Amino acid sequence: MSFTPIYVVDGARTPFLKARSGPGPFAAADLAVQAGRSLLLRQAFLPTDLDEVIVGCAGPSPDEINIGRVVALRLGCGQKVPGWTVMRNCASGMQALDSAIANIQCGRSQLVLAGGVDALSRAPLLYSDAMVLWFAALMQARTAGEKARHFLKLKPSALLSPVIGLLKGLTDPVVGLSMGQTAENLAWRFGIGRGEMDEFSARSHQRAVAGRQAGAFGEIVPLVDGDGKVYAEDDGVRPDSSAAGLAKLKPVFDKPYGNITAGNSSQVSDGAAWLILASAAAVDQWRLEPLGKIVDSQWAGLDPAQMGLGPVHAATPILQRQGLGLNDPDLWEINEAFAAQVMGCLRAWNDAGYCREQLESQPWGRLDENKLNVDGGAVAIGHPVGASGARIVLHLLHALRARQKRRGIASICIGGGQGGAMLVETL
Amino acid sequence: MNHHQHWRLERDDDGLVWLSLDKAGAAANALSAEVLDELGQVLDQLDLYPPKGLIVRSAKAAGFIAGADIEEFTRLDTPEKGRQLVARGWNLFNRLAAVPYPTLALIRGHCLGGGLELALACRYRVAVDEAGTRLGLPEVMLGIFPGWGGMKRLPELVGPQLALDLMLTGKTVDARKAKKLGLADLCVAPRVMDASARGLVLSGRAPGRATGLKALFNAWPFRNLVAAKARQQVAAKARPEHYPAPYAIIDIWARRGGNALLAPDLVDGIVASPTARNLVRVFFLQERLKGFGKDSDFKAQRVHVVGAGVMGGDVAAWCALRGMTVTLQDQNLDRIAPVLKRAAALFKRRLRDPRQARAAFDRLIPDPAGHGIPHADVVIEAIFEDVAAKQALFRTIEPRLKAGAVLATNTSSLRLEDLRPVLRQPERLVGIHFFNPVAMMPLVEVVAAENADATALAKACAFVRQIDKLPLPVKSAPGFLVNAVLAPYMLEAMRCVDEGLAPETIDEAMLAFGMPMGPIELADTVGLDIAMAAGKQLAGGAEPPRCLLHRVDQGQLGKKTGQGFYGWAEGRPRKAAAGKPPAGLASRLVRPLIDRAGRLVAETVVADAELADAGVIFGTGFAPFTGGPLNYQKNAG
Repeated sequence: MSFTPIYVVDGARTPFLKARSGPGPFAAADLAVQAGRSLLLRQAFLPTDLDEVIVGCAGPSPDEINIGRVVALRLGCGQKVPGWTVMRNCASGMQALDSAIANIQCGRSQLVLAGGVDALSRAPLLYSDAMVLWFAALMQARTAGEKARHFLKLKPSALLSPVIGLLKGLTDPVVGLSMGQTAENLAWRFGIGRGEMDEFSARSHQRAVAGRQAGAFGEIVPLVDGDGKVYAEDDGVRPDSSAAGLAKLKPVFDKPYGNITAGNSSQVSDGAAWLILASAAAVDQWRLEPLGKIVDSQWAGLDPAQMGLGPVHAATPILQRQGLGLNDPDLWEINEAFAAQVMGCLRAWNDAGYCREQLESQPWGRLDENKLNVDGGAVAIGHPVGASGARIVLHLLHALRARQKRRGIASICIGGGQGGAMLVETL
Repeated sequence: MNHHQHWRLERDDDGLVWLSLDKAGAAANALSAEVLDELGQVLDQLDLYPPKGLIVRSAKAAGFIAGADIEEFTRLDTPEKGRQLVARGWNLFNRLAAVPYPTLALIRGHCLGGGLELALACRYRVAVDEAGTRLGLPEVMLGIFPGWGGMKRLPELVGPQLALDLMLTGKTVDARKAKKLGLADLCVAPRVMDASARGLVLSGRAPGRATGLKALFNAWPFRNLVAAKARQQVAAKARPEHYPAPYAIIDIWARRGGNALLAPDLVDGIVASPTARNLVRVFFLQERLKGFGKDSDFKAQRVHVVGAGVMGGDVAAWCALRGMTVTLQDQNLDRIAPVLKRAAALFKRRLRDPRQARAAFDRLIPDPAGHGIPHADVVIEAIFEDVAAKQALFRTIEPRLKAGAVLATNTSSLRLEDLRPVLRQPERLVGIHFFNPVAMMPLVEVVAAENADATALAKACAFVRQIDKLPLPVKSAPGFLVNAVLAPYMLEAMRCVDEGLAPETIDEAMLAFGMPMGPIELADTVGLDIAMAAGKQLAGGAEPPRCLLHRVDQGQLGKKTGQGFYGWAEGRPRKAAAGKPPAGLASRLVRPLIDRAGRLVAETVVADAELADAGVIFGTGFAPFTGGPLNYQKNAG
């Protein structure tokens, strides 16, 4: 199967805003619109020249269910440009890119705006089943008296214990493990210690801070809210982060003796990331100067309880197909859902038993960590689920160009037991 | 059945008559004498074969009925003609209200003045829920009153407080509001308007009318309380010697049951008053300004504004409000962000619908890098007043402009001829000069430099109309029209301060003259540094007033620093009680303004006296009932 390379014309993302208490300042579509309008503004073509808009979003809010179309219209793409939404949990943004690639490769589209967004701070609270049944019965009540009597049956405990939508989303519905518990599985399986995880996490912050100082995040378009407040940078990055400081945090998933804490996990964030993908013909037609191209992509499935190893399963076939060793790409982005999860991927590639049983290959050796997440990852920057897959592809291209390097792989683990990976090249 | 010139009758299978107004030779419907006479004939005809119901509607795309034919107001040279005009509509609409079959007005688009009075004479009203639908009785803005039954029927329908509020302010309401107020029986989408009209007119439903407290306030003696309160509220805004009409409206409602024919002296007084004549003149001046936008079919979709200060930011926000995609450039995002805050408040206030407000916010794009220039149809420079800086900017902008784009400067004090030599096509630069606050001020001066490109000027005027402002073509000369006439007026006021008069007394003299704001408060509002600079440029070498020099030296620049001639708190001046202005003070102050306006006409900075009057009224709020400074001078003999 041959893969026609698809050009990445340009890209932009919002700063990732850490969810603190209560809903954040922007709805998901607001985030996507603010980053998207600035990105489109600097193109030679108009928003109406796009063939389609594809958005990955793991949790669109009820008034933005097909957020892809909502955003396309709000960006001024006009009524004739279709917009749609894809969902593959943490890889929704990467899925949007892959869907765009597929449509361009088969000739349906030439120029596509694709990316991902989530505003996790605005994830809904839901009524419990008990409350839903109570409401249903209320609808059946005919007289005022019946209705009044029905109110006597209302249990305050049911009313006051909503289901937290975000926690539902972060729990595997098949094996019943939270995402953090799947990371605990990897830590246990590969013997990854708490100290190593915290060191990895502190390094993620340090790299993000250094990247910011070096101007590595040109892909960010600042946000402005209706109060004139500017949000210019990823606000979860901590210059003062240290392994010693992180060591003080309590585990949140396997209490009280687990290893995964809020500090060595990705942050719950709000954000959007976009790329403009184009065929060679569109690049010629509009005389575009692309950032690079996507030359291969791969999806893989694995045990949901080990979902964090998704990148191993998705990236390995690309390496095999392209005849590359683990350290042949110049840079790697592996989304940091959890420190233990990225470290688990590296251990798995270096584990003869794992490679034999799961990949039917020789061990791949040790991935040079100087090539990995060179400007920090989701532990520091944040993980607005749907946006992350698009962010790492975009940032990988920027990081390669900044270092005058050529080839890189971006890969992401996916709740439910999947992985996605893309091989990119600069021009 | 159809031999009328303006009305079209169709009798349908249900026995309903659909009566459509399609005034011959006009784009919009107005109730001229001919149109009313014909309506009388239509009613005669329907008396012979009464329909099951009558639905009155418009056949024009431009709306229902815009009102009476204002042209006819200009021909009321005797009291008899005035009374005849009132009687014509009053009697006809009473007749319509008394027909034995049910009647309904199907209102789509504007329904104003006489148009609403006709609708009020129908048993039912259906308002179509569209952006263009506006209902109101704005007669007061022309210095007259709703004498065709509006003063009687509107209070009966919605209660006197609301009715007086609408009649005394002239404000209009949309279809949803009309339904909420009881002015319309239904507010419906266009797709069901015909079915709704048919259903309602045949429904046998009781006609709407004010109930409860609202009905009570219509009755004696409460009516007098409402009238007294209304007189008080009007007095706070308009003096009876300047604006007699609102007082007449209250009296005719409270004492004559809304029938102006029972108060012939009031009718005669209003018709004979210069106020009505002058306000009608101002109405036609406004129409003339609107006409300047019609020479070009240019339609801007994308606007780029450079400079996110007060003017640039507000211009950008206004354009986004009016539906354009706007890119706003300044040195960095922090300078642009405060504009977005002001804009968000503007959109919320003006658009109300949160989805529309959000769309406007989406259309206003911060653009520190100037990426918007190549796509822009109009580029407006609004940076600080410095020739070199503006030239440097134009040098970078011009090569990136789209073919046919309008390149404009908002400068108020620099000569276009000095700014444009750096351009490869110098004749393309036009001035588009806005006034502060942009959202409030209707006038925009479109400035032509020597040998300016006529197409570019026509496009600029069309753009100004597109954003619903009034374009006034002026030639490039210091201060153009508006600032040039204001400067000597403010300086004269400051000389009075030098002579020992209190600022409060000076301002009071001009408020009594009919200005919306006194000259000293105006100077504080625009900023004393600006007033000083303008004075230097425009006073022809005269010494600045000492009081101005002194305050500028002290850094007391007016509203923006919290202290000028007045102390300012929360955007308002703290004023002491005004003394009684000495006799002749207002004439002395307004004299330099009038003289300068006359000179600018002579110098052809503005094409004629009418346009000078229009510009000064819409650009400064100059007492509209005078018809403008030159008209005032003419009438004062």
